Amino acid sequence: MPQELTKAAAPAASQAGQWLAKLQGMGPVIGLVLLCVVGTLLNSNFATLDNITNVLTRTAFIGIIAVGMCFVIVSGGIDLSVGSMAALIAGSVILAMNYLSPHLGSPVWTVVLGMALALVLGAAFGLAHGLLITKGRIEPFIVTLGTLGIFRAYLTYFSNGGAITLDNDLTDIYSPVYYGSLAGIPIPVWVFLVVALVGSVILNRTTFGRYVQAIGSNEQVARYAAVDVDRVKLLTYVLLGVCVGIATLLYVPRLGSASPTTGLLWELEAIAAVIVGGTALKGGAGTITGTVVGAVLLSVISNILNLTSIISVYLNAAVQGFVIIAVAFMQRSKR
Amino acid sequence: MSQGERLSMDIEFRGTTKSFGPVQVLHGVDFSLPTGQVLGLLGENGAGKSTLMKILAGFEHATGGSLLVNGVVQHFTSSRDAEAQGIVLIHQEFSLAEDLTIAQNLFLGHEKKRGWGGLLLDEETMRTEAQAAIAQVGLSADVNTRVKDLIVAEKQLVEIARALLRKARVLIMDEPTATLTPTETERLFGLMRQLKSEGVTLVYISHKLDEVERMTDQVVVMRDGRCVAQQPTASLSRQQMANLMVGRELADLYPPKAARPTSATPALRVQGLSVPGWAQDVSFEVRPGEILGFAGLVGAGRTELFEGIMGLRARNAGTVELQGKVQTIRNPRDAVRLGLTYLSEDRKGKGLHVHFGLRENLTLMALERYATPWLQPALEDQALAHAVDEFGIRTGSLHIKASSLSGGNQQKVALAKVLHPGPKVVVLDEPTRGVDVGAKRDIYLLIQKLASQGLAVVIISSELMELIGLCHRVAVMRAGRLQTVLESQQLTEEELIAHATGTH
Repeated sequence: MPQELTKAAAPAASQAGQWLAKLQGMGPVIGLVLLCVVGTLLNSNFATLDNITNVLTRTAFIGIIAVGMCFVIVSGGIDLSVGSMAALIAGSVILAMNYLSPHLGSPVWTVVLGMALALVLGAAFGLAHGLLITKGRIEPFIVTLGTLGIFRAYLTYFSNGGAITLDNDLTDIYSPVYYGSLAGIPIPVWVFLVVALVGSVILNRTTFGRYVQAIGSNEQVARYAAVDVDRVKLLTYVLLGVCVGIATLLYVPRLGSASPTTGLLWELEAIAAVIVGGTALKGGAGTITGTVVGAVLLSVISNILNLTSIISVYLNAAVQGFVIIAVAFMQRSKR
Repeated sequence: MSQGERLSMDIEFRGTTKSFGPVQVLHGVDFSLPTGQVLGLLGENGAGKSTLMKILAGFEHATGGSLLVNGVVQHFTSSRDAEAQGIVLIHQEFSLAEDLTIAQNLFLGHEKKRGWGGLLLDEETMRTEAQAAIAQVGLSADVNTRVKDLIVAEKQLVEIARALLRKARVLIMDEPTATLTPTETERLFGLMRQLKSEGVTLVYISHKLDEVERMTDQVVVMRDGRCVAQQPTASLSRQQMANLMVGRELADLYPPKAARPTSATPALRVQGLSVPGWAQDVSFEVRPGEILGFAGLVGAGRTELFEGIMGLRARNAGTVELQGKVQTIRNPRDAVRLGLTYLSEDRKGKGLHVHFGLRENLTLMALERYATPWLQPALEDQALAHAVDEFGIRTGSLHIKASSLSGGNQQKVALAKVLHPGPKVVVLDEPTRGVDVGAKRDIYLLIQKLASQGLAVVIISSELMELIGLCHRVAVMRAGRLQTVLESQQLTEEELIAHATGTH
């Protein structure tokens, strides 16, 4: 073997390649650091503990969804419906809790059941996506574009175009889930951390994670290599659905209501977070760490827009749109 | 412009160099194309043949040196520039738009226009000219046929017709016979002779030394980015060509055969199997330690038969027995669990994750072994180091993408991958396609070693010499049916071709 190894191509070349790859992987982190420097220079309130906690808490919803989205995109799929799905779950959960509360008598159990329902609904919606995509052989883009409309329309229907509001006694019980903190760190941030850690372990250290990457890199090769392609793809959508469920159960106590504008453009933010984090839109390769950094980076941009008046905060989504297009542009020749 | 003037063309490379980033692939190549002749360009994978020809055809730019066309230094910036000079490269993977018709493909990018200052397409003229062009290359098809409905050999003729429409004076063909059957190959050779008689200079890149010997006037041998020999073909034997390519004495390509095992229960027995549209009522068996070949023309249904057995395609009749037990194989997972694995002929499309590392490729089919329940990259790396050793994979580092290996070494990784689950039966579809002579020999030795250890091996191949040199028996398929199974002593090229073409 040593003889074979020495016969090989210039080691300098591969070292340079590794170094370049590493630098590319550091891109999002460097971007985030630069943004933070800019933020600090522009507004002295930026670097305060309060503001940082605030930014991270707001990142939690999108970040958690983005972790699930990372699996779907790495496997070569896409889910455009997550914002509408979150809105419909939020509305359904609130309606269910309001209905259950007088019957159960215990507001605590009502909230627990409501949270469980959020997870179950997320998993069920994800399962429906997965089945339509794998067994129904429909493009994920079309399936989730369809459900994007369906989910939001049903929420609008349930809310009669207005807001669905959680009963006051339940809000009091539920609100610590969003407003509470543990060891000085808000609960949503803790949940975000746990989701990201679990996601990272699943993607990198399980057979499922490896199969997700294999399918995204080349589905045919994976099929020929005896990977159960349909099952793995289906599970990525269920996983994303559960992530949307988790994000929603954290979101409901924040305002205690759901309306037709709930979760608007979350799909843009979640997909942008994944892509900004260095995951190839074509699938095959991606990291959870990158996704987390991408999500934080996007909310820092939004935060800076809020704190300064250089660009109107109304243009937040436009900035995210430009960012995702710019990053995809830079990714063009990578593969 | 007179005919002679149109066709005469002198092309010379002077000290041509090419680097991809820090990797230099051409180290100063000097040679000139023999005008109006057929030049065989030989070399192992990675020797730089394709890169050199891509520079000539305008697909790549040289880093240094110069390219002289009729004594004038040329810097082609695109394939269009080269085409304008009459230099056309026909790629190994065709560059045809599958959903367009033959006529539309022939004029793609050079459409004829009419009316209103050329706003409309002149379909009429294009169809007429296209029909004439494909007749010239001996393709009898309607020019309104979509390219995706053509077989590989016909697509190749469309490519050549397109080159002729561009008034090609130099035609470069990269492995044109790799996917052709013997009859189709003969037809192509006929066309090549015709083109040569019309004064076209042909460059023929191939691994098939017998074809190079037959068809070319001169050979240029490249090794490690340099031109190591340019000689009249007649002055070299095949053995000498092979030696020049690898730069060392190459012992006989095929190792001596072991005796055919006859006693044991068949490791795989297939009876009356049908794959709709591809294979009807096929029965055969292969014993542990036996190497069974599958010969046949492209489209004879060999690949599809085995994809049917693996559960990759629907099958509607027949039974599959493994180690004497009838088994139901619904998908490749079932097959792997039962000890049957398949290596696809399409390495980039179905065989290997080229953007993945070697480790991820190697362990993909046996990944459960490394999950306890978390994957153990350290254990995977150990397995990779072992496989690199066992399969003679030449790589600088264990942690590189499969795409950075040469074709031959990629194929060794693919082999290691399908053998990693420890199958009892392995089906290798075109195991040496696009692989250089040195790697071929390594793969043959490997297959024999595995067979001698009791593995049952099925080899599907279009290279008859390979089947004859390696297999105990060869099954011949034609139009979805198994024609015959030839025993070792009956194995000759003539016999195989006769059964494959139905002229027996």
